[in-house]
Amino acid sequence: MIISLEHYLILGAIVFTLGVLGIFLNKKNVIIILMSIELILLSVNINLVAFSSYLGEISGQIFSMFVLTVAAAEAAIGLAILVVFFRHNGTISVEDINKMKG
Amino acid sequence: MFIFSVIFYFFAFIIVASSIMVISSRDPIHSVLYLILSFVTSAILFVTLGAEFLAMILIVVYVGAVAVLFLFVVMMLDINFVKIKEGFLSYLPIALLISACLVTELIIIFISKNKLLPEIVNYSDLPDFSSKSNTKDIGNVLYTDYFYLFQISGLILLVAMIGSIVLTLRTRPGVKKQNIAEQVFVSTKSRIIKKKVPLRKGIK
Repeated sequence: MIISLEHYLILGAIVFTLGVLGIFLNKKNVIIILMSIELILLSVNINLVAFSSYLGEISGQIFSMFVLTVAAAEAAIGLAILVVFFRHNGTISVEDINKMKG
Repeated sequence: MFIFSVIFYFFAFIIVASSIMVISSRDPIHSVLYLILSFVTSAILFVTLGAEFLAMILIVVYVGAVAVLFLFVVMMLDINFVKIKEGFLSYLPIALLISACLVTELIIIFISKNKLLPEIVNYSDLPDFSSKSNTKDIGNVLYTDYFYLFQISGLILLVAMIGSIVLTLRTRPGVKKQNIAEQVFVSTKSRIIKKKVPLRKGIK
């Protein structure tokens, strides 16, 4: 039984879907939503590395590194915004973030 | 080859199980720990794919920086997490329906691509282990072909650092702080005052 590219792609699809499901379910906790976004980016990384390995082309791993960079920056900014929001409002529920609606 | 598939299925199961625990755990600290587990496990899968450098970077960046950042924020914010879980089950049926549709579509696409259009991409059945040093290969490409992208990603990290510092910086009243410039520019004339003390009167 050979582990082909499809196995890795299906694993990436399952992790991606779990990330999306996490965004749907945890509507009151922004921290879990940020973690779900990290899961989605991880599944993208799995896909990129699997393609890079099976095609014999190193570029996929380079782009995976760029995805990693953007994920780290996004997590830092997101958590900073979260801390400021919690200081101001005392809650981290998504349903309370409606101050900026027109 | 059998041991390779056993390793893949074992670690893929751990990744999926810990991802489920990340989104359904009651305590956010447990979620962060399961997130760390899924990152480490996918780093192991990257090693089996022949991407050792990226696996180590994944552990250093995600587990060392991002997950610890999450842990700090979860422990710093004083939140009633029991109340936050209310309404979790009300969204469950439609969310499960949508995500079942999504994962079925993605799996159908991934399986059928090879059968329908085999001439578009021809990839091998096995991962590519031909390169001896993965780090050297990445360096050869990263600092030549993708040099501008590399610089831009450094710039993105700088902007993220400055942005998060600016966002969380605040000046609280009543905090005693050292003002170095004021200390340096102090002169003796403004600090030492000579006063004549009148007899039996004292200083007011």
